[in-house]
Amino acid sequence: MSGAALLSIDDVQQRADAIVAMTDDALSRDATALADELLELGEAVLLAWLASKGRAPADGEVEGFRLLALHRQGAKGDPSFNACRETCREVVYHRNLILHDPASPDVARTLRLGAMVVAHLALFIGGKLQEAGLGEFCCSSRPVRQPETLNPIAESA
Amino acid sequence: MTGKYQKVAYYPGCALEGTGHAYNRSTKAVGKKLGLDLVELKNWNCCGAMEVKNIDPKLQTYLSARNLSIADDMGFDTVMAPCNGCYHNLKKAEYDLANDEPSREVNERLSSKAGHATYESGKVETIHALDWIKHSIGEEGIRQRVKNSLKGLKVANYYGCMYTRPRHIFPEKDKGPGTESTSKPHFMDEILAAAGAENVDYPLKTACCGGAHALSDSDTSTKLVLNLLTTAEACGADVIATECPTCHTGLEMHQVRAEKVLGRKTSVKILYFTQLLGMALGLKPKAVGVQENFSDAMPLIREKGLA
Repeated sequence: MSGAALLSIDDVQQRADAIVAMTDDALSRDATALADELLELGEAVLLAWLASKGRAPADGEVEGFRLLALHRQGAKGDPSFNACRETCREVVYHRNLILHDPASPDVARTLRLGAMVVAHLALFIGGKLQEAGLGEFCCSSRPVRQPETLNPIAESA
Repeated sequence: MTGKYQKVAYYPGCALEGTGHAYNRSTKAVGKKLGLDLVELKNWNCCGAMEVKNIDPKLQTYLSARNLSIADDMGFDTVMAPCNGCYHNLKKAEYDLANDEPSREVNERLSSKAGHATYESGKVETIHALDWIKHSIGEEGIRQRVKNSLKGLKVANYYGCMYTRPRHIFPEKDKGPGTESTSKPHFMDEILAAAGAENVDYPLKTACCGGAHALSDSDTSTKLVLNLLTTAEACGADVIATECPTCHTGLEMHQVRAEKVLGRKTSVKILYFTQLLGMALGLKPKAVGVQENFSDAMPLIREKGLA
């Protein structure tokens, strides 16, 4: 994790938009670095969420990715957070596609799509910071899941 | 044809009688064209949707269980719900009744008070319209029946959230080949590919559209939907195929709002998968309710030779 940890959700949004707007040449030239940056931008969004809850971010990894560990941590106590689970996995997938073949003719397109997925993550988490119930529609099944969840108050104490 | 689900109970739910009427029309038209029988539940009630579920989840379980009880009384062991919300809630009720004693108690008490049989979990299977087509006709069956191939039509398949989440209420998914995936659903992709469509690899197929907040927090929904639309366009899609009335309405409504409020115009069209499948099977656009959609897809439909 690099300086992306210091980015706000708005910063992430702007950076994702900037990546989408880059030329094919610029994207292809720095493909590997930009692919890693996608991960960092995703992590920055989840770190902003955890910070807003007063929770210390986990250092570990899930399936080799801190982004997925941070998502798992963010979802504890809030099933509706799972509405961005696949979005996080798509960020990882796009990053891996680029690293697998940085010289692929599709690399610029893949980077742009990856940045749009990051933008969606930022929009969703940014939306949840304003309206906690975002995502409740699908993912919450609280009566069943309640015993599995952590008590955020107890956790932060 | 697999022989399964040739005749099933049909639970349209409230949305399909209102904003999702085109989905109702196209689902029935496709069923008729394919020779599949849909028998609507008699005197069905609201599934509890999100309004009841958020306030009194056990009451929602009862409301959905009553619909399952009606299907059982009518002699059906399968009920098909095309709406993701209804499908999700019936599955959730099934899960709650199998795993949660307080839910069973509330269901028993309210069923007794209402004077109908108490639904017991395991008696009726809830399926989605995608399961219905996939397992009754299958891809090969569709290929054999296609009259107007969707060839050349690039489709982003958008499944929304309630079709796959939360995972524990869908025990039949993620069971390997032939079953649906909760992380990367594919039934709609397969059905439309069999009808000739060229599916694009859409990375936001289960991402949140802010549907439940479409009215209470419109700006968030508009931004989420705009990103879904622009990403579909970046993938090269002509059309976003939907299988949920809430998603469909949200995408249409916020496509217009994004242009008015944010000045961001997108041109990707939005059609129910049943509308696309119906036209591929030779039905006229009007027969599948294209004129009822907010998003005007007729120019594209004509261009692709589907009208």
